[in-house]
Amino acid sequence: MSETQSTYNYKVVRQFAIMTVIWGIVGMLVGVIIAAQLVWPELNLGFLHFGRLRPLHTNAVIFAFGGCALFATSYYVVQRTCHTRLFSDGLAAFTFWGWQLVIVLAAVTLPLGMTSGKEYAELEWPIDILITLVWVAYAVVFFGTIAKRKVSHIYVANWFYGGFILAVALLHVVNSAEIPVTLTKSYSAYAGVQDAMVQWWYGHNAVGFFLTAGFLGMMYYFVPKQAERPVYSYRLSVVHFWALIFTYMWAGPHHLHYTALPDWTQSVGMLFSLILLAPSWGGMINGVMTLSGAWHKLRDDPILKFLITSLSFYGMSTFEGPMMAIKTVNALSHYTDWTVGHVHSGALGWVAMISIGSIYYLLPRLFGKSEMFSVRLITVHFWVATIGVVLYIASMWISGVMQGLMWRAVNADGTLTYSFVESVKASYPFWAIRFLGGVLFLTGMLVMAYNMFKTIAGGRSVDDARVLVPAAHHA
Amino acid sequence: MDINDLRSIVTVVSLLTFLGIVWWAYGVKGNKKRFEEAAMLPFTDEEADRAELGQDRNGQRKAS
Repeated sequence: MSETQSTYNYKVVRQFAIMTVIWGIVGMLVGVIIAAQLVWPELNLGFLHFGRLRPLHTNAVIFAFGGCALFATSYYVVQRTCHTRLFSDGLAAFTFWGWQLVIVLAAVTLPLGMTSGKEYAELEWPIDILITLVWVAYAVVFFGTIAKRKVSHIYVANWFYGGFILAVALLHVVNSAEIPVTLTKSYSAYAGVQDAMVQWWYGHNAVGFFLTAGFLGMMYYFVPKQAERPVYSYRLSVVHFWALIFTYMWAGPHHLHYTALPDWTQSVGMLFSLILLAPSWGGMINGVMTLSGAWHKLRDDPILKFLITSLSFYGMSTFEGPMMAIKTVNALSHYTDWTVGHVHSGALGWVAMISIGSIYYLLPRLFGKSEMFSVRLITVHFWVATIGVVLYIASMWISGVMQGLMWRAVNADGTLTYSFVESVKASYPFWAIRFLGGVLFLTGMLVMAYNMFKTIAGGRSVDDARVLVPAAHHA
Repeated sequence: MDINDLRSIVTVVSLLTFLGIVWWAYGVKGNKKRFEEAAMLPFTDEEADRAELGQDRNGQRKAS
């Protein structure tokens, strides 16, 4: 017993890290397929059409790719910064296999059209229950590890991971409240505009806590480690954390501007979205300024390139988001490709890039190598991915603004200038560019997979990284 | 007291709590040193780093 306690549990970290890359490729491949279906409609074959595959894409990239990255990094970071082995190896293994089962079930049920119809919460009730069980186990492992830590302070990255785990539990349970009718069909426990508000309270906080807080946990550990210097301002990180917690919960109504939602609720949502700019940028500056005085490292360290570029995209999309939450801007942007571009600026630029950087940091360490099989290929991955993101978001901005302007254009007699299908026709070239951007980003992931398997091939599974008494005063 | 009073109170208390946290982080002198130590937490187990990177498998402490 004491022997197992003297080392870190890297097995579950390894499993999740590898699956991050695998599910990243799967999820992004489905994304490329549906992008192609928009350009070439004849690719909508049978039941594998855009409507069925789109939720598969979003679930795969958010919960399979992003989820595995969060599990892998949080299990690693919490052990290393608490100087103790995971609370329970058995429960940790359960979270891995349970989460993979959730993903496989999603991949089967969504294309078959089994859905509760709630965006980013499409999975039917039996899967929802399985998610809840896995999530409770995750919380027990994570907070149990924190409880038996050997240092007095809980490092800020763990605060972000912990906030993410608690908030996602709350969001999932409340929004997935549903009445089962059969094994594969249920209806929401809420009705009408309340249902819409609960859904977007969930939806926006899924962005705020699943896709932001957890990945900020990555930022606060892997950016300082890779830059080999402590975070720019620890005090700012404390305020950053609590400011996000206090404001994110209220921003959801901006998804329901100009709907049946009461006007004052829309205004509250808009106001809190604008306030969010401050903590978001505070966090971004904290991450980027960690490199202050060591900017030269950015030149030849591709992992740092990924991490810092992800923060630039985080800054961009958290500026764009509050602007789009302003009602009058939203009147132009809502339901257009601008929204799609905004989401991918965050998802590809921020979430995917910080995950990729963190996984590149972890892989050699988990397999006893001093670095990845090819550092040059990481650089290749970085540039291919960056060009892909830029093509994606630039094309979506242009087509989105164009669509918004075409839809609102009226003739002198008050009739619409354009029919809807004219805006579809005008969007084609941009959808083709978006497809190309997606292909590039996916190509980068394939390069990563090759690099990963080559690194694993000559390595050993590190299970002897010993837990040591913290040496705070040697640092 | 109706429920809207309670809602207002929760909002005001939340704001005050947040301002209290800002003061605790920036205003309390004694915390500065604690936070600087906390910022070094990721760097307190470099031996595990070495073990991971295959540089030193017997866990011997090297002078840093």
